[in-house]
Amino acid sequence: MRFSFSAEQEEFRATLRRALEARSPTKEVRRLMATDAGFDRDGWQKLNQELGLTGIHVPEAYGGQGFGFGELGIVLEEMGRSLLCAPFFSTTLAATAILNAGTEEQKKALLPGLADGTTTATFAFQEENGSMDAAGIAMTATGNKLDGAKSFVLDGHTADLIVVVARKAGTKGSDGLSFFTVAGNAPGLARRKLKTMDETRKLAHLTFKGVEGKPLGAEGAGGPAFARTLQQAIVCLANEMVGGADRLREDALEYVKMRMQFGRSIASFQTTKNKAADMLVDVELAKSAAYYAAAALDEGDDDMPALASLAKAQASEAYLQTAIHAVQMHGGIGFTWDNDTHLWFKRAKSSEILFGDANQHREKMIQAWTSS
Amino acid sequence: MTDTTEPTEESVRAEVRAWLEANWNPDLGLVEWREKLCDSGWGAPHWPKEWYGRDLPVKFNAVVDEEFAKVGAVGVAKAGIRTLAAATILAHGTDLHKQKFLKRILTGEDTWCQLFSEPGSGSDMAGAVTRADKRGNKWVINGQKVWTTSAHKAHWGLLLARADWDKVKHKGLAYFILDMKQPGVQVHPLRQMNGHASFNQVFFTDAEVEPEMMVCDVGDGWTVATTTLMHERRGADGLRSWATASNAKGRIYEEERAEIATTMEPYKWYPQRAGRVDLVMQRAKETGKIDDPVVRQEIARLLIMSKSAEWTARRARAAQEQGKPQGPEGSLGKLVASNVARQAARVHTYLTGADALLSGEDSPMNGTIAEILVSVPASSIAGGTDEIQRNIISERVLKMPRETSVDTGKPFKDVPRNIVSSS
Repeated sequence: MRFSFSAEQEEFRATLRRALEARSPTKEVRRLMATDAGFDRDGWQKLNQELGLTGIHVPEAYGGQGFGFGELGIVLEEMGRSLLCAPFFSTTLAATAILNAGTEEQKKALLPGLADGTTTATFAFQEENGSMDAAGIAMTATGNKLDGAKSFVLDGHTADLIVVVARKAGTKGSDGLSFFTVAGNAPGLARRKLKTMDETRKLAHLTFKGVEGKPLGAEGAGGPAFARTLQQAIVCLANEMVGGADRLREDALEYVKMRMQFGRSIASFQTTKNKAADMLVDVELAKSAAYYAAAALDEGDDDMPALASLAKAQASEAYLQTAIHAVQMHGGIGFTWDNDTHLWFKRAKSSEILFGDANQHREKMIQAWTSS
Repeated sequence: MTDTTEPTEESVRAEVRAWLEANWNPDLGLVEWREKLCDSGWGAPHWPKEWYGRDLPVKFNAVVDEEFAKVGAVGVAKAGIRTLAAATILAHGTDLHKQKFLKRILTGEDTWCQLFSEPGSGSDMAGAVTRADKRGNKWVINGQKVWTTSAHKAHWGLLLARADWDKVKHKGLAYFILDMKQPGVQVHPLRQMNGHASFNQVFFTDAEVEPEMMVCDVGDGWTVATTTLMHERRGADGLRSWATASNAKGRIYEEERAEIATTMEPYKWYPQRAGRVDLVMQRAKETGKIDDPVVRQEIARLLIMSKSAEWTARRARAAQEQGKPQGPEGSLGKLVASNVARQAARVHTYLTGADALLSGEDSPMNGTIAEILVSVPASSIAGGTDEIQRNIISERVLKMPRETSVDTGKPFKDVPRNIVSSS
């Protein structure tokens, strides 16, 4: 299923698109992005429960829907299209981390709340250095006591549950990494909402001073689960990104077809048409890479580190380039606050950087292909 | 006979197998064997019964090919422009055309060329200015064609020429079958920037065409040409499979190998034109450039583009196989391929360093790298320029309006056009 979606998947996508179009018009996006929380808890819980979204890739044994990354990718792509303001990506990342790191008992205890949407959650791994590697993790775990800081944490200021990665003092790289869960209101945890360029994507800075964490999986053995979670995270992000890119492309196309200058539609100028054709190429190629990587995750492909980085590098370039073209095609109006283009432009920019930019992932891909 | 029952894969397989068992003989001459194929219909099973076929649905061709391959039987002549001629004649030709040409196309006795592009009309192919004038009972042709693959070998040419200058551009064209072996036709090879001469220029000085060799009527030429072009685009992927001949011993195989070698000769640099992405990792390791972080980025860009292009093509094919309507992913291949080729040439340059200054036996891989560097520019031009591809994508897929055209509605004689020197 790397090259096509089943009839059921297409139907699921169509249902979801209709629901999100109704629930998340840009007027609503603008309202929610201006709030501190960045989402509306009641509205989100209702939508999530109707459609079973946060449990999509969680096995049925843990209260989820039992689908895979292919289906999670569809949900993310549609969320990227609609810019739905909700802690969906953050919660599914936390669920992914728990699935990779947790024991059977821990999964049974933690996942049902995430899957049914009663608990919002996030995965806190990056620190102030912004590193995407295990080497960048400096937060220490002394026994279960956590000290240090996490930054760029998706929805970190509102999450009920935080999955944290920390290391035993004196260890390096992937060695000595452990996963913990921490309640959002744990004593010793200070949370600060960061002011973000992309207001639809809320980030937080978390300071831990002797915070008591609950261990997730075996102490000091979190390296492989961490690597796996990151690969899955960037594939998920790539799928979210192609949804946004396609929406921007469609909106810009619709606009140039309406806009008249010099007595004719500006869509009849070849310079506009050539740009539109190149945008389609960029977005379709990025979709192919994102879909392929999601299917490869479900099939347990050995080439996963390279395929994940390939999809993210491709999506980073394609989404930003599409956004640049989209502003240009709108002309002056595209640079105004009232026009919606900037909402996706900023999402393109934030996604380009989040979890590693194109240069970093190109390098990771080549490393993966030359190390064996 | 089983005329009354619907053919099935099993029935077709059994029939062709039985026929091959009774008839296949590698000691026959190539033409002699292919005449048997024509008489039986097994050479072109999807063609009509009255014209060397068996009226079978085209989906059974693969079954027939499989059975041929099992016994090592040679098929009809398939490579080159002759297949475009056959498709055009089957669609638009008279019985006379079919009688005179179809069998000799299948046996490989005749070769063909396509006389469409002109020095003054490349992307705007319907702007052809080669003249067809009626003198007495004959059509007399004057003018020049270009990019004509295999014209120097061809017996017959598919010619698009202007017969009515008072009509608008697309309506004044006629389509002829022209005898290439006549004094009024001169063929000169056209040397390309990569040193090969795969194409020709063809000059007509009072070349003659019998009136019955016009396909359809004056004014229908463009419609007929569209059929030829459609088959050209559809067949483009088939070239590679045609290029491989059997290594088996025996007279018939030798004759077939010689035929394929001649037909495919003009295409031997085509892999280099596409950029040879397949060589990149091996070259990067050999040259040590794999350790250069800047070059690694460029290699990664190339591989990402090339993998995504491959997967996009697979998405298009998967959709087609599932009978879904063609999505946008199906129209992008040509444009993406030229993006890939350009980036591949850039990477090969970085990998090769100063040796990229050299050519032929002095350059790496006995000239292959040099040939890549000077062949890639063709990929964004041949078979529809990148600019035309973008117009096709924007107009057909994205439904954007056509650019206002200044030749619409004007008699062609009043349309400004290129001055082409004929020297």
